[in-house]
Amino acid sequence: MTVPADLDRRFREAAVEARLLDAGYDVFDSPVGPLLVAATDRGLLRVSFDGGGDPEAALEQIARVAGPRVLRAPRAVAVAHAELDEYFSGERRSFDLPVDLRGQAGFAVSVLGELAKVPYGHTQTYGELATRAGSPKAARAVGMVMNRNPLPIVLPCHRIVGASGSLVGYGGGLERKEQLLRLEGAML
Amino acid sequence: MMDAVATIPPFEIFYAEHAGEVLSLLRRRLGRDRAEDAFQETFLRALRAYDRLTHGEHLRAWVLTIATRVAIDTHRRAGEPTEELPELPDADGRPAYEELAFLTDSLPPKERAAVVLRYGYDLDYEQIAAALDSSPDAARQAASSGVRRLRRRIT
Repeated sequence: MTVPADLDRRFREAAVEARLLDAGYDVFDSPVGPLLVAATDRGLLRVSFDGGGDPEAALEQIARVAGPRVLRAPRAVAVAHAELDEYFSGERRSFDLPVDLRGQAGFAVSVLGELAKVPYGHTQTYGELATRAGSPKAARAVGMVMNRNPLPIVLPCHRIVGASGSLVGYGGGLERKEQLLRLEGAML
Repeated sequence: MMDAVATIPPFEIFYAEHAGEVLSLLRRRLGRDRAEDAFQETFLRALRAYDRLTHGEHLRAWVLTIATRVAIDTHRRAGEPTEELPELPDADGRPAYEELAFLTDSLPPKERAAVVLRYGYDLDYEQIAAALDSSPDAARQAASSGVRRLRRRIT
């Protein structure tokens, strides 16, 4: 039996209302493809480009960090959804979202903290970011942190480029990196 | 990776798998209108207990038992007779339960549910408590008094 959409929606809202979720998520379209976005009561936990297919692997990852009560609940990520829409339409240059970096190692947390300060429309090199994070020789390790960034777009790893100015790599694929930088009007 | 014991799936996966069956059980027991509130209550109860589960086995039996309890509570609140036995999951090819059925059918509902869930489905007392909306101690007591009652009957 299929559950009527209205009943299904009411259950999901009641679950958020009763604060019973370890994480709520939603999948929605964006100019860079479907995004899966998850949040906990601490803040934004995950932005993933895997929203298109079967989300099971992404949900299991979220459950490992936050707990098993992971439910699709648009209301739990409504603010993040709105801010991302504003970003993509060019109205927003920075995000006002608390982030939940549970599950990240100490080095990654400090690198991601510095990453958050790289301004809209600007790029920085892996080496510069490593220096600002206090580990000038760790450009390669910084590259790994960018590759595993749990909150791409919001924590702007697309703004980090190679020393020669080449885009180098992107967890979501180079095409998306270029698309985001063009959206921001960065010089490529 | 070895996966001897089924891990607990993210709630979304569990919900997507069982929501339809829970709704049809509740419609059968309560009719279309009352089934809607009971559906929500069933999955909210499951959510409340979900992070205390120790493994992901027999989740179907578990959630159908919760739904049955919710249906019984709904009848009780409406002042309707609740003498009927809880409807335990059927036709799910669990030999352990099938073999127990002829013995347990005559037990009082709570004891029957506790015995079947414990010994038929191998759920732990935390899970049974969540399904029956009681405490692990009460679940343990219901199972053991059910077993005592069965023993008296058999010997």
